[in-house]
Amino acid sequence: MEDTILRTENLHVYYGEKPAIRNVSINFYKNKITSIMGPSGCGKTTLLRCLNRIHELVPTVRIDGNVFLHSENILKMNPIDVRRKIGMVFQRPNPFPTMNIYDNVIAGYKLNGIKKKKSELDEIVERSLKMANLWSEVNNDLHKKGTFLSGGQQQRLCIARALAMNPEVLLLDEPTSALDPISTSHIEELLVELKKSVTIIIVTHNLAQAGRISDWTAFMYLGDLVEFGPTEKVFTTPENEQTERFLTGKFG
Amino acid sequence: MANIKIRLLKNKIFEIVIFVFSMLIILPLFLIVFTIIQKGIIMINFEFLFAEKIIPGIKGGGILRDIIGSVILIFFATIFSVPVGIFIGVYLAENPKSKITFFVQWCIEILQGIPSIILGLVVYLWLYKTPLKFTSLSGSLALAIMMIPVITKSTEETIKLIPHSFKEAAIALGVPYYKAILKVILPASMSGIVTGILLGIARIFGETAPLLLTAFGNMNFNINIFRPINSLPYIIYKSWEYGTPDSLNVAWGASFVLILIILIINIITKMVIKKWKIQF
Repeated sequence: MEDTILRTENLHVYYGEKPAIRNVSINFYKNKITSIMGPSGCGKTTLLRCLNRIHELVPTVRIDGNVFLHSENILKMNPIDVRRKIGMVFQRPNPFPTMNIYDNVIAGYKLNGIKKKKSELDEIVERSLKMANLWSEVNNDLHKKGTFLSGGQQQRLCIARALAMNPEVLLLDEPTSALDPISTSHIEELLVELKKSVTIIIVTHNLAQAGRISDWTAFMYLGDLVEFGPTEKVFTTPENEQTERFLTGKFG
Repeated sequence: MANIKIRLLKNKIFEIVIFVFSMLIILPLFLIVFTIIQKGIIMINFEFLFAEKIIPGIKGGGILRDIIGSVILIFFATIFSVPVGIFIGVYLAENPKSKITFFVQWCIEILQGIPSIILGLVVYLWLYKTPLKFTSLSGSLALAIMMIPVITKSTEETIKLIPHSFKEAAIALGVPYYKAILKVILPASMSGIVTGILLGIARIFGETAPLLLTAFGNMNFNINIFRPINSLPYIIYKSWEYGTPDSLNVAWGASFVLILIILIINIITKMVIKKWKIQF
């Protein structure tokens, strides 16, 4: 039996009056990669953004249902605590443009005013960059601006920045859609390594990517969770007709 | 065929017309600068720049009193207007669809169009029963009201250019909203905001009208912000009003210094835009 770390329960999300997600109940398993797929506008990004409550930045969003981290309802927690336990990486690499590489990695500590000794910070920077497979490429340039790196390196820097906070779960919103194939494969290898220490939930447009890296796959369509199961099963013998049509490229 | 030739001719004429008008705008600027340099530069010497004061009708003296006065007026106007202007700009950029934003933007545009003499009158009206009547500080207040729209607009425009994802990235790290704005968004907007502040300063440096009823004027050297104070545009106006050949020369000399300062601020602004520009 898999060990559930994060789950939603009858989750409904509305933008104003318009429903974006209908009655989604899904379990995310510890130390696994779960990918969420579906055509544009199916609600996959919305679902992801509810998991660390960053959806609240859009003022018209209304949410119904529950989201549990372990047994705690994150909708009742302080959002700031939620986001320290559940990190996020975005579609476009977005290292902070005013900070150097070192400061970008510890941005979560710096911006929150969490005081740490220099030696501890050095350790966090080294560990996070090593986890993100970026250390050997940048260890001599830690005090250069992060924006001088290539797109793929920037995205790994953003992953390191999220990992520096020691999150239990890492959310990734189409993290490779702005990258070339080689950078993409670097990130994919990295994610497979990372799942030993952190649970990964990834939204992706790229079917092959979902097939390559994820243990579990969810398929969403028009705001409904249509299918959820082990990746192999979803890709080979999908239960739902929509899933099969999507996987065979009939729409999407 | 003839038709096409006429069309080509019309095109050519149109191109010439827009070119000629673009060149024409250089002319007045050139004439202004030329006149001021020609008449003003003969006045510039050590005494004129560094003697404490100059009084129309009395020979000799310098405009240090007026330069320092202008600097003090602008320093406090900047202190008043910068935080207010930036905070309004942040609000407008962060709430682009709200009705309040729409209304505030409208007010800022109207405020920008209000003649400066009227701002002076209003500030006088606010303060004439208080000890701040005819003080340097009240002059700074009138100038600050003129600076706020410039700073607000440039702050708003700059923040709007910053991708949303930087704010989201900060918030996703568990950073509270206010810190995401103050520590991520504002530093990334610094070049635009500083540009706005410098443009605001350049705009108010030459203002005379709002100072007539507020900072008033002071023939003695003064650095006390609770007393009337002189300024560069004010000494130009007063010297001109006195009307003797000597005092007219003082007006030209002071104009030269004023134009030079504004030119330098403009050059610094260009450098700030270039140097502090953030690559995303």
